[in-house]
Order: sequence, then structure tokens, then C-alpha cells
Amino acid sequence: MSSATPAPLPEDVADKAVAEAGGDADLQTGRPKRKTKSAAGNAARAVTSPWASIFAIFMALAWTTPTFGLFVTSFRKQEDIQTSGWWKSFASPFTLDNYKQVLQGAEGQPPLADFFVNSFVIVIPAVLLPLLLAALAAYAFAWIDFPFRSSLFVAVFALQIVPLQIALLPLVTMFQNMGVKSWPGGNYWSLWLAHSAFALPLAVYLLHNFMKEIPASLLEAARVDGAGHVRIFFQVLLPLIAPALASFGIFQFLWVWNDLLVAMTMLGGSPEKAPLTMILNTISGTLGNRWYLLSAAAFISIALPVAVFLSLQRYFVRGLLAGGTKG
Amino acid sequence: MHTTLVVAAAGSGNMGKIGVMLLGVAVFAAVFMGILLIASLFKGQSGEKVQAAAFVGPTLLFIGIGLIYPAILTIRRAFYSGKFFDLNFGTARTRGKYVGFDNFQAVWTTPGLKQVLFNTAMWVILVPLIATAIGLLYAILIDRAKGEAVAKALIFLPMAISMVGATLIWKFVYYFIGDPGADQVGLINAFLDKIGVAPVDFLGNAPGNTFAMIAIMIWIQAGFAMTVLSAAIKAIPDEILEAANMDGVKGFQMFRYVTLPSIRSSVIVVLTTIAIATLKAFDIVQASSGGKLGDSVLANEFYNRSFVTQQPGLGAAIAIVIFLLVMPIIIFNVIQMRKDA
Repeated sequence: MSSATPAPLPEDVADKAVAEAGGDADLQTGRPKRKTKSAAGNAARAVTSPWASIFAIFMALAWTTPTFGLFVTSFRKQEDIQTSGWWKSFASPFTLDNYKQVLQGAEGQPPLADFFVNSFVIVIPAVLLPLLLAALAAYAFAWIDFPFRSSLFVAVFALQIVPLQIALLPLVTMFQNMGVKSWPGGNYWSLWLAHSAFALPLAVYLLHNFMKEIPASLLEAARVDGAGHVRIFFQVLLPLIAPALASFGIFQFLWVWNDLLVAMTMLGGSPEKAPLTMILNTISGTLGNRWYLLSAAAFISIALPVAVFLSLQRYFVRGLLAGGTKG
Repeated sequence: MHTTLVVAAAGSGNMGKIGVMLLGVAVFAAVFMGILLIASLFKGQSGEKVQAAAFVGPTLLFIGIGLIYPAILTIRRAFYSGKFFDLNFGTARTRGKYVGFDNFQAVWTTPGLKQVLFNTAMWVILVPLIATAIGLLYAILIDRAKGEAVAKALIFLPMAISMVGATLIWKFVYYFIGDPGADQVGLINAFLDKIGVAPVDFLGNAPGNTFAMIAIMIWIQAGFAMTVLSAAIKAIPDEILEAANMDGVKGFQMFRYVTLPSIRSSVIVVLTTIAIATLKAFDIVQASSGGKLGDSVLANEFYNRSFVTQQPGLGAAIAIVIFLLVMPIIIFNVIQMRKDA
């Protein structure tokens, strides 16, 4: 996914949507939570009923088949893949060899397991740093009165749509001049700091929106009790905005894990630190037609974000509707 | 599953990487605690400003150094020639000289870049329109249907997949085998074969490859459109729909005169968001052909000129062009936000 823009939807839209989209109850019962049928729903169905169902099913198939096809392929034997389509494969036995080969390294390719670790090492600090900094800033923007507060906030907000391309070249040079490469951890720092800088505008905006919704009376009560901002931040706000932190956390996780551009530019001189996307991009060229390796490699890179996404989908949707899309 | 992978791989220096990661986390946590400590030293109304500075300062500093300052450097660099980004770097011959608007002119005049601009226009027009249309249609069709949540998740899932991964998935769907006797392994070409149409090398030839890649981006973005628009549709007050229903408004009329006007602002937000995402996306082109087959886009050319062909001036100019194309949408959004506030 790609790029950051606010979607200024009314709050009740977001609330309703969170209640409806990706709720666990929905998945378990397979039924919408609200039983009342809307007139719009009725009308749509009355006219298009059979065609609507057929089209919806067709679309669902069109959207899932490509992924499913490559998934099946990743378990097929090399010679099978090259001679027949994956849809003919259910007769012949499946194998885990492709995954073994790719993870341990095969045919001159370095082991993918190393790059999985790289992605992991890149993503955790690159999520935590902007999350911590933005939580503090969002709190101040929402609840502390200081000069130029609203103009600074609008400036931060507007910056989230500045394409990162415009900051990339100088950042690479800046990190080189700082000698980041010789720090312990080397260019991981470049990636952590660059990803954080790019993420902060969105993070501040998103968390601010959630913090603003907390009733002022709660904070005033704490103030009357003599609590300072630090205590209010920890004891009152942090527990309440945990879902918002989760929303942004998922965004940033998916964004950093799936990023190619920042990794390619920052890691010019240290390919051994490359994340999965970067090595995937390389081998999609060098391995050419060796789909038995490519398919397994693709699924190793996809597995973790998809798992995170599916298990935390409700927070992702909430963030999306509160104005967070990034890419 | 991933923990076992990490453990299994830990032999070859991966333990050290994890250590580096923990070090990074520790440093960041220490910074965070330090800020809070400073803020907690200043209590009461008088310390309010210091606390605000401690809370907001690090973020502003970060954005200033990591985003605004580099952006200014890029804008300046776009007016210079030379082979290196750093103007003090290199020999007298390779060092950058002030060239005015030459780099911007080069975005138009450099051979091949006109094609790039045309391709980019195709992407930015087609992806938002088609992805939004598909997302809207799907959102309406499955609204309050049985298994809505599952139906949504299916369309939504590509958003979790990297564009590189998505490109690989689709490369396999588009896969083309030139040998006429062989079985086609790619889904689409196998289908074409079956109905007696000659197989097509979808990603191999311009201009078709651009449209094949646009389809991949639509596949990724439709889920986003569907989610936001579905939420907007559900937020239409029931009274409005019932009133229209009583007036005898049905089917497509209902969509055209009631549903669509009610979700107009969400539709605009979705269109603009996808347009920006499309403008900045370089991964699909990069993972497909690297833009070498007449299928490059601006975002990919930015990368090529900046980091591959050593034309940082042109790269910077392209980055600014991307920024200028995004700019109207920023202004639009700020106005929207001011209105809401």
C-alpha cells in the first residue's frame, strides 16, 4: 500500500463502521450485527438480486484466485510447476522442499531466513519510535495550551502528504555524513530514523483525533486531584487510547514491512541488511522463471503481515476511517 | 511460526541483529523516558509551556530535520547539474553547477520521459476511477448480505501484501510461455489457450504492460475504497432512505439520487487518496521490469535518475513534480479540516 492522506469522515461514520467492519462477532456468526435491513439494501437487492450475488461472488473469486494460485504453486514440485498449471496439481503430491531451499539458501541465493530477520529487526524499532514520540506530541496538541498550537498542528497535518521522494536523496547524504554506517547496527539506524520521520505526521494526526475524543471532564478530574501532565498521560490517557496506538501500530508495521523504496535507497552499500521486499525484488529478476523458489519466497514475505492484518483487522479499519492511509 | 524461523536462522549472525534491534529499542525508550522525566520536573501552571515543549519538541525536531530540511535541500538541488547530490563532492568536472530550470525542462525533453509522463497519467486516471467504482459496487452488493465480514476480508486482504509481493502474484497470473507447443502455466494465458486465442505476453510489451500493471494496483486499492465507502453507506440515516422508499424511489434511482449524493465527500476522499498513493508507487514497475520496457512511471524514474544513472538534479526535479501534482490535494484536505474544526 502506498501514501498518506486524511479521510475527514464524521465521527459517527467511523464508529458505525468499526461496529460493522471486521468485528469478531460477524466472523463467528457470519451475519451482520444489525438485524434491521436498510431501504438501500432492500432496493439494491430487489432490482439486481441474482446478478448482484453472481457478480459479488465473481469479484471475490477474482480477488482471491491470484494469491491462492501462487500459494498452491509454492507447495508443488519444480518439474510440475514448469509443465502444468497449478489448477491441475491436486492429483500429484505436495512438497515443502521449495520453502526449505529458499529459507536455507539455494542456487547462489542467500538464505531467505536472514532477510526475514532483517525485516523484523527493521520493523520493530521503526514502529515503536514514532509511536512513542507521536503519543507525546498528540497529547500536547490535544490537551496542553501553548502558543501557535493550532498552526503547528495544521503544519504537521499537512506534511503527511509530502511525498517521501522529496526527502530521500538528502537523507541518504545526511546519514552518510553522520557516519551512520559505522555505528553499532549501521544502516539499520538510517532505516529506523527515516521511517520514523516519514511516519510522524500521520501518527500525530491519528493519535490526536483519538485523544480529542476523550471527555475533558476526565482530565479535569485528574488535574483537580493534583496530577501533572505526565501522570495524566500515563494513568488516564494511555489506557484509553490503546486502540488508537494499535491502529497506528498496524499501519506502520505494514508500511515498513512492505516498503521497498526507503530500503533500496538507504541500504545502497549494505545489502546484507536488506529486508524481504528488497531481496524479493532482486530475485524476481534474477530467478526469472524459477517459480518454485519465487512462490515460496513470496509467501514467506507475505505470511507475517497477513497474519498481523487478519488478527488486528478491526483496529486497522478504525484507523483507516479516522484518516490514516499510508503508502 | 515466525519465532521458529528466527530461532532457526539465528546461527549466522542473526542473534547479533536481534541484539542491535534491542539496542535500538532501548535507546528510543530511554529518549522517551528522558522526555517524561524533564516534563515531570516542571509542575503546575507555570511549567505548562516547558511541558508542552518537552512533549511536542522532539516530534517537531524530528520532522524538521528529517522531512522539511531535506525537502528544502532537494528543491535547491533541482536547480544544479552534476553527478553527486552533495554539491561539494566530486571533481571540478563532475561537481554541480547552477543551471536554472534546466532540470525541470529535462523532465519534458529527455528522450523517453514523455512516455513516462503519459504512463503516469494513465495510472493516476485509471487506478482511482476503476478501484473506486469496483469498491463502491462491491460495497453496495454485499451491504447487509450474509457473510459480509468475510466477503469484505477477501477483497481487503491485498492491502496487507507488499506491492512487490502483489507483483509476483500477478506475474504468475500473467505468465507467458512463448513456445507454442507448451502448456501455458499462467492462469490467463491458459484460459486464452482454452478458448482458442493466442497467448499474450502481458508484461513484456508496451503499451499493454502499463495496463497489466494498472490492474495490479486496482487489485490492491479496491479494498481500501470498499472499506471506506461501505462505512459511509452504513452511515446514511435510515430516515432518509425510508422517506425515499415511501416516495417510490427504487433500485438504480435510489443509488443515483439518494445513496451517491449522501456519500459524495467519502467518494472524493477515496479518489484523491488512491490518486496520491498511485502517484508515489514505484514498487510495481520496479518489481515487474524496472521500467525498462517502456512502462516506467514518474516515481520509478525518480529512483532511476537519482540512484542509478547519477542524475540527482533530474531526480530532484522529478520529486518536485510529484510534489506539485500532490499539492492541490493537500490544500483541498486542509480546507476540509478547517471546515470541520
